[in-house]
Amino acid sequence: MIFVTVGTELPFDRLVKMVDDWGARNARSDVFAQIGAGAYLPKASGYARFLDSQAFAAHLESATVVVSHAGTGSILSALAKAKRLIIVPRRASLGEHRNEHQLATVQHLGTITGIKVAHDETELVAQLENPWDAVTKPIFSPYASISLIEAIREFTSPGKNNSSAAQTVAHNPSAP
Amino acid sequence: MFRNVIPQIPTSSRLDIRAAVARIRQAGTVRTQRLLAISSGGGHWIEMLRLQPAFEGFDVTYATVGESYRCQVDDAKFCTIPNANSSDKWALIVSAVHVLWLVLTLRPAVVVSTGAAPGYLAIFFGRWIGAKTIWVDSIANAEELSLSGRLAGRLADLWLTQWPHLSRLEGPVYRGSIL
Repeated sequence: MIFVTVGTELPFDRLVKMVDDWGARNARSDVFAQIGAGAYLPKASGYARFLDSQAFAAHLESATVVVSHAGTGSILSALAKAKRLIIVPRRASLGEHRNEHQLATVQHLGTITGIKVAHDETELVAQLENPWDAVTKPIFSPYASISLIEAIREFTSPGKNNSSAAQTVAHNPSAP
Repeated sequence: MFRNVIPQIPTSSRLDIRAAVARIRQAGTVRTQRLLAISSGGGHWIEMLRLQPAFEGFDVTYATVGESYRCQVDDAKFCTIPNANSSDKWALIVSAVHVLWLVLTLRPAVVVSTGAAPGYLAIFFGRWIGAKTIWVDSIANAEELSLSGRLAGRLADLWLTQWPHLSRLEGPVYRGSIL
């Protein structure tokens, strides 16, 4: 099943329509889209506006490919299940978001193994029609990096007042 | 320039991570201080879940914007707060009232947020009651901080970014990421 998700905050009609049009052209019956508050209703795909966390997990489990907006939640969820993932950034220039941070997200996270990036319909169709090998298992642990966890632990230790604790977590661009 | 900045963790290092979490559990003194972990939904919430080992030993209350997230924190305390963002002032006011009530009744010693606006409100009000406040800027903000991140960072006692190139002397600091 090809699982399309636009996230919980904003619609993303351009993404839903691109995949729906592709599904219609190729007579696909295995496309499902979570469309949010979108105005575009898919013609060739099953859809729901919102999925609670259990329903989202169930669709994720059945998916062979996830096509998602470039939102952290969707990306992390797909990575945790080692799913093939195509991320499509929302563009502020097209009125799809308040700023262009999704462009930055795809630049910085788009090189992770198992993730493909598509900016437009041509790139998206190319990814959909040329499946790549999925990773066999999640490549990240279920938790944040040890250094981040320990920084928070150190800061919240009883007996550390706020100013001295903050100084021990100093500006350190070389930290892992 | 920033390709491969996020390392993939080999199996041996995943074992190290589990061992480190176990050491944290063993070494920590018993803490019964209350910690409020508050975030918006979606990615903000998932990033918060990945920080859970940092909250070991605290009496944690999770607060987010949807009841369906409750099952992801097992039996931990959980409550919902109305969502809000900068484009809807009335929703912001409603959310602020709820968050203020939560902070005043819970009286956490620590407030942690992974964003967005409800987290900023919790840090704002948390300072009134002397809580230690932590803002973890979303990994989604890879080129510049969000509005709520810039506002919250100036208030938070610990202001964190997940990208080394966004780290500044005056904050935020980089100490790792949720990946």
